Amino acid sequence: MNDKLDSLTAFKETLPTAFGYVGLGVTFGIVGRATGFSPLVVLLTSIIIYAGSAQFITVSMLAVGSPLLSIVFATFLVNARMILLSTTLAPYFKKNKMSENILVGTLLTDESFVLGMNKLNFTDHHLSFAWFNTANVVAYLTWAISSFVGALLGNFIPDPQKFGLDFAIVAMFIGLLYLQIITDRSLPRMLQLLMVGITLVLIYLGFIFIPSNILILVVTVVGCGIGVVIKHAFF
Amino acid sequence: MPSFKFVLLTIIGCGVVTWLSRILPFVLLKKFSLSKAVVEYLSFVPVVIMSALWFSNLFTQHLGHLPELNVNNLLASMPRVVSAIISKNLLVIVLVGLLSLAAIRLLGW
Repeated sequence: MNDKLDSLTAFKETLPTAFGYVGLGVTFGIVGRATGFSPLVVLLTSIIIYAGSAQFITVSMLAVGSPLLSIVFATFLVNARMILLSTTLAPYFKKNKMSENILVGTLLTDESFVLGMNKLNFTDHHLSFAWFNTANVVAYLTWAISSFVGALLGNFIPDPQKFGLDFAIVAMFIGLLYLQIITDRSLPRMLQLLMVGITLVLIYLGFIFIPSNILILVVTVVGCGIGVVIKHAFF
Repeated sequence: MPSFKFVLLTIIGCGVVTWLSRILPFVLLKKFSLSKAVVEYLSFVPVVIMSALWFSNLFTQHLGHLPELNVNNLLASMPRVVSAIISKNLLVIVLVGLLSLAAIRLLGW
């Protein structure tokens, strides 16, 4: 990484992270297909929602027949972290045009955000529209194409249930949960582990009287509240 | 499986709220900032929702009674946790998860 902020430099610096996208994108495509969605729906999900882990949540809630508003609200909650990312990033584009600000925000993703935060260390804390937009576009195209390819590959995997593909989505959440716990420094690690345990209890008890298609949403809303209380009481 | 129209409407709805989460701070930041309490509340969302999605797959619901443990899914979760710790790579975790559940089902448990 260097101090240049042009498009070509951004392209070169974004390529390595694009390989990470390919794996996740292809996996999303296969999982979406195994869950019963067409390659077109998988592609539309990636193009319109464009939200990594949130797309897995959207697809799995659709598959179990959740109501529209609870899917939209759950997707919003999972992606609410984008509010924090763009709030952090926006000051660097204060002098840019409003249209450029909206474009950077529209294609902002976790990886381009992290890349941008790294880049700041080489550029005396400056970012350019050309650099960030290129990083965003490379990530967006890689994500859309790889998830579509994954969905097409999914066609050639017969009887996916036999191979456990229907449960692949859960492997993804276990993986994302683990990566979340080891990389997120905004909460103490003990508190995050405690929240996993509290969520298990809430899910178990919630199953008794809350229909399963809205249980995840209810547990998330209640669980986050409990988390805030515990953080203030013990951390 | 819901209709294509329902799926499309849901995807567009999710797309709009996600897009707003991304662009509104860029548009509004000069005037407002999030309250500390909201930021704190939101910081719990990722860990809680991912745990919830995992654990909800470990049980079968019987309304009015305690849920039933899904032993296959619980067993298949174990290699995933181990592979997550060792590889820290999502693709590896998913592949291990697939192979372990396939093995459990082929063995007829």
